[in-house]
Amino acid sequence: MAFSSDDFKLYQILLFKESGLSIKEDKAYLLESRMNSLIKKLDIPDTATLTAKVKAGDVTVKKEVVEAMTTNETFFFRDMHPFDKFRDVVLPKIFENKPVGSTIRIWCAACSSGQEPYSLAIILKENAAKFAGYNFEIIATDLSDDILDTAKAAKYSQFEVQRGMPITLLVKYFKQEGTDWLLNDDIKSMVKFEKFNLLDPMTKYGTLDIVFCRNVLIYFAAETKSMVLSELYQRIAKHGFLFLGGAETVVGVTDKFKLMEGERGLYIPHDSVYL
Amino acid sequence: MKSCLVVDDSRVVRKVARRIVEDLGFTAIEAEDGSVALSECEKAMPFCILLDWNMPNMSGIDFLKALRAMPEGKEPKVIFCTTENDMAFIQEALAAGADEYIMKPFDSDIVQTKFEQVGIV
Ligand SMILES: C[S@@+](CC[C@H](N)C(=O)[O-])C[C@H]1O[C@@H](n2cnc3c(N)ncnc32)[C@H](O)[C@@H]1O
Repeated sequence: MAFSSDDFKLYQILLFKESGLSIKEDKAYLLESRMNSLIKKLDIPDTATLTAKVKAGDVTVKKEVVEAMTTNETFFFRDMHPFDKFRDVVLPKIFENKPVGSTIRIWCAACSSGQEPYSLAIILKENAAKFAGYNFEIIATDLSDDILDTAKAAKYSQFEVQRGMPITLLVKYFKQEGTDWLLNDDIKSMVKFEKFNLLDPMTKYGTLDIVFCRNVLIYFAAETKSMVLSELYQRIAKHGFLFLGGAETVVGVTDKFKLMEGERGLYIPHDSVYL
Repeated sequence: MKSCLVVDDSRVVRKVARRIVEDLGFTAIEAEDGSVALSECEKAMPFCILLDWNMPNMSGIDFLKALRAMPEGKEPKVIFCTTENDMAFIQEALAAGADEYIMKPFDSDIVQTKFEQVGIV
């Protein structure tokens, strides 16, 4: 059943307030198809009943609506380039600025089903000898409880592992379970998962050396993007780095970050030690 | 243009794979089993090889071993593309000198990522 334009507005406002997601009228079909799946999941008879529950302020239903509208697409070593930069540029630069023995704090701020933080953990493991002397902390957060459960389980289908995991690393760090692949505990234990909404205050994360905030700001309105980036700026050390997605930029959104010279997708604070 | 030898006993799979590698900018050469593939390599060493495992006459793994023993046979990047998805098979392939391994079913995204990972696109 199609949503009336009033109903559409109701969902639009809910999504904007709860997750920052900005949907325009031309995405009404997406809202409808996701809500039609959601009523089946929640065993609600029709979308009119769903809408009534949203109107009544049903907290669980609202949370489910928000989660149902997220796009969770991700894969291991997505775009490759940022992960090469992480290993070859970012970490060596941070080593120059932090004493040996200190902890390098990495935050994946919209980690989806875990492929991004686990890719980082594998890089750290693969280069353990080179990076010896430093400790690493990987915090991975997402808004969606369901996707965090998937991330923590660290069990991936054949299709998911093939989209990015090099075969030698698959053999080395995964165990086969039927047609699924289960990540080994030594890698799993390197990542700490936690629920976090990017719209919330970030002070509790202290100071971070590296933040991955990839392929999530694209779904936000300009004001929301700039607000999140300002918050991130407060959290990132002056020798720190921010990774955005391939289609994302700070140009026209915030002046808190600058593109690192010659490095696509790699950002530094505007008052970075590298400038 | 760089050549990609597509080795598979299924004509349908060869056709699909041909289209994918051509889209990635390769000229495709087809072979329906390991021994045909081997004679293709004797004629002219391809730049890369997409290789099925189970085929009549000569299997993919036997072909790979023979290839790697040839002069210049270490040059081509070899990417297995097979329904054999058991860890034991993957390890055997890697030990025999495979560069990457695709478990069927596959799509163009997977082929492209694997080609990127071995550094040929
Ligand atoms: C497309 S995925 C990106 C995953 C990964 N960073 C990557 O680039 O492959 C976007 C993720 O952002 C999450 N997300 C959306 N809005 C969010 C918010 N307000 N706070 C935290 N996470 C959010 C979604 O749940 C989803 O898992």
